[in-house]
Amino acid sequence: MRDVAVIGLGMRKWGELWEQSLRTIFTEAAIDALDDAGVDRIDSMYIGCMSGGLFVGQEHLGSMLADYLGQRSLPATRVESACASGGLAVKSAYYEIASGASDVVLAAGVEKMTDVDGNASTYALATASDQEYEAYHGVTFPGLYAMIAHAHMKKYGTTKEQLAQVAVKNHANGSRNPLAQYPYKVDVKTVLESTLIADPLHILDCSPITDGAAAVLLASMDVAKKLAKGRPIVRIAGVGHSTDTIALHARKDLTFLEATQHAARKAYDMAKCGPGELDLVELHDCFTIAEICVIEALGLCERGQGGKAIDQKLTTADGKIPVNVSGGLKSKGHPVGATGVAQILEVAKHLRGEAGERQVKGARRGLTQNMGGTGGSSIVHILEVC
Amino acid sequence: MVGIIGYGAYIPRFRIKVEEIAKVWGADAPSYKKGLMLQEKSVPGPDQDTITMSVEAAKSALVRAGIPARELGAIYIGSESHPYAVKPSGTVVAEAIGATPDLHCVDFEFACKAGAEAMFVTYGLVKAGEIKYGLGIGADTSQGCPGDALEYSAAAGAAAYIMGADKDKIVAEILYTNSYMTDTPDFWRREYQHYPRHAGRFTGEPAYFKHVLGAAERIMSMAGMSAKDFTYAVFHQPNGKFPDRAGKMLGFSREQTGPGWLSPTLGNTYSGASPLGLTASLDVAKKGDKILMVSYGSGAGSDGFILEVTSRIEEVRDLAPKTRTQLEENKTYIDYGTYVKYRGKIRKE
Repeated sequence: MRDVAVIGLGMRKWGELWEQSLRTIFTEAAIDALDDAGVDRIDSMYIGCMSGGLFVGQEHLGSMLADYLGQRSLPATRVESACASGGLAVKSAYYEIASGASDVVLAAGVEKMTDVDGNASTYALATASDQEYEAYHGVTFPGLYAMIAHAHMKKYGTTKEQLAQVAVKNHANGSRNPLAQYPYKVDVKTVLESTLIADPLHILDCSPITDGAAAVLLASMDVAKKLAKGRPIVRIAGVGHSTDTIALHARKDLTFLEATQHAARKAYDMAKCGPGELDLVELHDCFTIAEICVIEALGLCERGQGGKAIDQKLTTADGKIPVNVSGGLKSKGHPVGATGVAQILEVAKHLRGEAGERQVKGARRGLTQNMGGTGGSSIVHILEVC
Repeated sequence: MVGIIGYGAYIPRFRIKVEEIAKVWGADAPSYKKGLMLQEKSVPGPDQDTITMSVEAAKSALVRAGIPARELGAIYIGSESHPYAVKPSGTVVAEAIGATPDLHCVDFEFACKAGAEAMFVTYGLVKAGEIKYGLGIGADTSQGCPGDALEYSAAAGAAAYIMGADKDKIVAEILYTNSYMTDTPDFWRREYQHYPRHAGRFTGEPAYFKHVLGAAERIMSMAGMSAKDFTYAVFHQPNGKFPDRAGKMLGFSREQTGPGWLSPTLGNTYSGASPLGLTASLDVAKKGDKILMVSYGSGAGSDGFILEVTSRIEEVRDLAPKTRTQLEENKTYIDYGTYVKYRGKIRKE
């Protein structure tokens, strides 16, 4: 298979974008990615979007978004894997180029979540859980992740304060990201005193409802070299994609994310590296407990030691392995279909040395982990500077 | 010179606390109290409605104006809770206060700014010379669906204003007015529905704040004034937080907004909200004080008024019950069961 590079990055401010629609936020990000790469022609396009239908009543995104990008007749495909839809778009674009079928492919993610009220968005998100065994019984994602948190606390002694520290760290990181939805710092006390959503998770343990899009342009290495103009070339060195049971109760261990472990192992093998050789990680902190479980599944710490790793500052911006320097889903926002693409974009920015105030110095290799549901699907990418 | 020659406020005595409502619905009372800056709200008694509260407020306004009701050339009532879908509230009020038959009368609706619209239209007719005096009222027994966030704020109250052009009668001259509106569907109630629906957080930034700040900035620019030029400022108050934040964003201090900031203990009286904030500010105002009032109605729009208080305020303010007195004294707390009975939420058949 051919080497594939990330040659263009496009993302604007995320938040409650009342004045915009799904098509406009997508188009802005996509055009920015094309401009960044210096390209005006692409071979195809993948769009990660979890639920255009339930959030804005719009499906058939391939047709609409190719048209609004000024690329009518382009083969354009919408892909869906719940909150991992963005990661899946990148993976799909990667394989299309790696196989030799295309040279330049856009991978974008978009979600417009605030056109419906809180109840409707909660319903839309809950369709990523097992309808018959979970959603019909009334449980929604905060409830499911609260169960994971309780299990982790009981089994490993993880504390509410450790959960809160994840939010504190990611908000501190996000305060240096001008594109973040909530770029402000919080402290442990504020997190623990914020509204209780599903014990032990408070509202500041949860990622927000966000409108946003992100786009990355992928190309074959030949094309990337022609367009580099002296900039570092970022290569996708590893890709891993795995699934697990959609229903949380069907797992052998509620506290362990097997799909993430499997996806990470595949990506590490492909990139010929291990968790100790990463300079930064962007992972799926949809809830604070998720970050603790994911760092364990990625092998950044021992199984069950995620809470203690947070205490030991392993994952802070100046720690041994910075996690979510963008602010993560928690502070940057979580427009579900766009999240996985934005993770790739963030790591690529650091590898190019273009991350500004939050730049991880000398970053050469980074990992992204994007997850659907309670871990029913997980996609891991490893990016390197050539 | 045209302005307010008499004003009156009415707030029912019944109150229900946020904790009492939250207890029934298993909700987190501290988060409502902190997030919306709400402590309690007023509740109309079982025999009270927009008409009865309008009558109470109008009587106080007439006493302060010192004019016979028969001299009113118009009565306009703005409300989201007119007791009849067809048949005006205003005719009942006009009859009750003795203003019939030589006057114009119509009921207004523009969500929560219908009361300010009634004030504007009476002011305009007086200014045009069509009528000598006009009575504009904002009153509501606000609706909030059981269990909805609105139930914590939807309250009851009325404010009445008599506009006139007699220089010696004017309590507060109206110096400037404006209106700012767009089609923004943030909150609505269709025919035959008991309770309004709303678009959650969309009711904030793109709806309330866009229109309130838009109207306020434009009218201050029109007048060549800034926040420091006003003694008091009143903004529509759907909860405690929104008017407080709007005031801060426009550069007003709590000293300026505090007297008219009633919602933390009154709740949202819909069409009565900003007009009641103005009655409370007039209750403490002195000659020469300048007051900014900005209403807000979902759908959406805001009306701005800039007023200058005259020395006559000293002569009239004690002639009728003051707003804060009604808000803070002689309160009767009720439980949720009594509340749902008073609000007609129990179906008997």
